[in-house]
Amino acid sequence: MSTFLGMPAAREGAGPSPQAAPGTLSGIGRPEDPLHWGASFPDAAKAALENGQLRRNLGKATSTIRTKRARVVGEVPDWEALRDAGSAVKTDVLARLPELLEELERNVTARGGVVHWARDAVEANRIVADLVRAKGADEVVKVKSMATQEIGLNEALAEEGIAAVETDLAELIVQLADDMPSHILVPAIHRNRTEIRDIFLERMADAPPDLTDVPRELAMAARSHLRRKFLSAKVAISGANFAVADTGTLAVVESEGNGRMCLTLPETLITVMGIEKLIPTFDDLEVFLQLLPRSSTGERMNPYTSMWTGVTPGDGPQEFHLVLLDNGRTKVLADEAGRSALHCIRCSACLNVCPVYERVGGHAYGSVYPGPIGAILTPQLTGEKSDLPYASTLCGACYEVCPVKIDIPSILVELRAREVSLSGASPETADRVWKAAMKAASFAMADGGRFRRAARVPRLLRAISRNGVIRRLPFPGSLWTRSRDLMEPPQQTFHDWWAEREERR
Amino acid sequence: MRLALAATCIGDAMFPQAPRAVVTLLERLGHEVVFPPAQACCGQMHVNTGYLAEAVPVVQNHVRTFAPVADGEWDAVVVPSGSCTGSIRHQQAMVLERAGLRAEARTATAVAERTYELSELLVDVLGVTDVGAWFPHRVTYHPTCHSLRMLGVGDKPERLLRAVEGLELAPLAEAEGCCGFGGTFSLKNSDTSTAMLADKVANVVDTGAEVVTAGDWSCLMHIGGGLSRGGTGVRPMHLAEILASTRESPVVPGAGQAVAR
Repeated sequence: MSTFLGMPAAREGAGPSPQAAPGTLSGIGRPEDPLHWGASFPDAAKAALENGQLRRNLGKATSTIRTKRARVVGEVPDWEALRDAGSAVKTDVLARLPELLEELERNVTARGGVVHWARDAVEANRIVADLVRAKGADEVVKVKSMATQEIGLNEALAEEGIAAVETDLAELIVQLADDMPSHILVPAIHRNRTEIRDIFLERMADAPPDLTDVPRELAMAARSHLRRKFLSAKVAISGANFAVADTGTLAVVESEGNGRMCLTLPETLITVMGIEKLIPTFDDLEVFLQLLPRSSTGERMNPYTSMWTGVTPGDGPQEFHLVLLDNGRTKVLADEAGRSALHCIRCSACLNVCPVYERVGGHAYGSVYPGPIGAILTPQLTGEKSDLPYASTLCGACYEVCPVKIDIPSILVELRAREVSLSGASPETADRVWKAAMKAASFAMADGGRFRRAARVPRLLRAISRNGVIRRLPFPGSLWTRSRDLMEPPQQTFHDWWAEREERR
Repeated sequence: MRLALAATCIGDAMFPQAPRAVVTLLERLGHEVVFPPAQACCGQMHVNTGYLAEAVPVVQNHVRTFAPVADGEWDAVVVPSGSCTGSIRHQQAMVLERAGLRAEARTATAVAERTYELSELLVDVLGVTDVGAWFPHRVTYHPTCHSLRMLGVGDKPERLLRAVEGLELAPLAEAEGCCGFGGTFSLKNSDTSTAMLADKVANVVDTGAEVVTAGDWSCLMHIGGGLSRGGTGVRPMHLAEILASTRESPVVPGAGQAVAR
C-alpha cells in the first residue's frame, strides 16, 4: 500500500522492521564489519520508511533536540567566532598530527600511563583483549565510545570469553537488543519507551517483573542493574572526547554519571581513542567544552566532565592504558579534499538537522557513523565504493550547524566524483546508464546551438500529457512519476521565444 | 543597467515562463536585458552527481558565454535560480581548476563575482523592493536550500513579496526544510525524496495558499509535482512570475503564461 504520493506507507503502530525477529530484536543484529553492513542505502532507507513507529520516534526526537540546540546556540553572542576557533584548532592538529601524537605519548608515559598504537581494528581489539586477560577479568564496564563501536570491540572481547557491559543507558538498550546504534549521541533514538520496557523485561536478567514504561522506572531499573556492575568491575574501557597533547590529559564528557563511575572505580582503565581526537593545549578545551554540549545535547554545559592524567597513587585506576587507533584515519588525513571530516567531535548536530536522517534513521546508513558525517566519514575510512555520498540532497543544513565547520556538502560532492571514478573501474549496469546519460547531457549542454535543439525534445512529451501534467513515464522516468506528476513541457523554449522576439523587433 | 540573463537549462526547456517574467520585470524597471544565445547550462547537475570531467565543457561554455560581463559589456548577470547561482559562485572555478584550466578558472571567478540570483539583483544591486507588482492571491514562500544556505539571500524574496500589492503572504511551517528534490537525489533515492516531499506538500497545503513560490524552478517542479499528484490545486509559480504581474498585465496562477512580448 502506498500513500497518495506513492511513498511506502507508514504502518500505524508497527514496531520493528518487517524482517525483525519477534519482540524486541531489530533484525539488524551485530554485523561483522561495523563500518559497512546491510543493504544499499536506497534499499535500507525504503525499509526504514515503511516503519511508522520508527518514523514517529525519529521525527519527535530530532525535532526536540533541534529546537533545544537552536535555543542555546542563539544565546552565545560569539558562536561564529567559537566555530572558527574550533575549526582552526582542528586544522592545526591535522597539520601536525605526528608531532602532537608523540607529545601526547611522552606526557601520558611520563605520568604513569602506557601508550599502545593500533593500525587497525584487529590490532586494537587484540591489544585490549590481552590487557583485560592479563588482569584475569571476564567482565568489563564500558563508557559509551564510538571508536570501540567502530572496531567491534565488544564482539571481539566476547570471542575471548570477556563480557563487555555498556553503561550508557541508550547504549545498554542497544546492547541488550543485539542491535546497532542508530545515532551517534542517542544510540537508541529509534526506540520509544514501550519498546525499551519490552527489551528490559526480555533481556535484562534483574529487571523488576512489574516494570512499566514510565521513564523514571526504566532509569531506576537500569541504574540498579548497572550499580552492581560498577562495584564489581576490575577493568573499565572508555573512549575519549579529547586528549590534550601538552599535558597528557584525557577527557570524557557525558550526561549520566555512569562514565565517571567507570573512570574512577575500577583498578585498570583502558582508553581507545581515534588519533584525531587530539587538541594541542589544555586551553583549547575552553573552545570545545563550549561547542560540544550546545551542539550535541542542546545543553549549556554537559553534566559530567571527567579528566585524568596518567595515574595518581591511591586515587582512581592504578593502571592506565591508552590505545591510539588509526583504522583508516591516516588515509583520510592524506586526502586534502576530505580530511576535514577528521575535525568531527561527534556532537551529532548534523544528524539532528538532516532531513534525510530524520526520515530514514541511522541503520539505513549501514555503519556505526550514520547521518551526514557518516556519509563522508564511512566511505573515506573504508576506501570502498559506497552509495552514502548520494544519501543527501546537499541542502547544507549540516554545514550550517557543524561546530567545527566541516563543509559536508562540498566533501559529498568530492566523494561523488570519487564514486564515479570507482564505478568506471567495475561498471555495473546502473553506473553505465548514468555515465551514458551524463555524457549525452554534457554534449548537449556544452554548446548553445546544440542545447537549443535538445531543449525542444521535451515538448514531444506533450503528446502524453493530460490536463497539463504527465502522470506516468517509462523507466527511468518512472522514478519520478511514481510519486510526482511532471508538468507538461512548454510548446516553445525560452531560446526560441527570444529568437522570435528579436526577429519581430 | 544592461543585464545579461542566464535562463538556466531547466528554465529554458521546461519553464520558460520564469526567464520571460524576468525579462518583463527588468524591462519594466527600465533596464536593458540581453540574452546571450550561446548559453546552455551552468553544469550544476554534472558537478553534484560527481561527473566532474563531463561538467568541464558545460562550465567552459557558460564561462565563455558570460565572460563579457567581466569586461564591462554588461553590468551584471541575472539568474532566476538560487542553486544555479550557487553553482556558478561556488563550483565553476573549482571544476576548471581541477581540470588544469587556470586562466579559465580566473575568468569563471570574475564572472561569478558579477552574477546575481534574482532577489539579490533586485534588492542589492538595483536597490528596489517594491517592483510595482500586483498579484491579488494568497501565496506561501518556500526558501530553497541553496538560496538560503549557499547564497544567504535571507529575507530578500519575502521583502519583495510583501511589497506586492494585493498579495497575502502565508507563513509556511518548517519552511527551511528541504523539499527532497536534490537534483539526481530525487531519482537515486526516490523513496526518501518522496517522504520529504510528502511533508513539504502537507505543510504547503496547510497554509491555505493558492500559490507556492520560490526562487528555483527545480524545487518548484518537485513540490508542484507532489501538489499536482495529491490533487491539491495549489499552483507553483516562480518568484519572477509574481513580480512580473501587474494590474495592466496580470499573471494568472497556473496558467504558465508569461507577459513579455
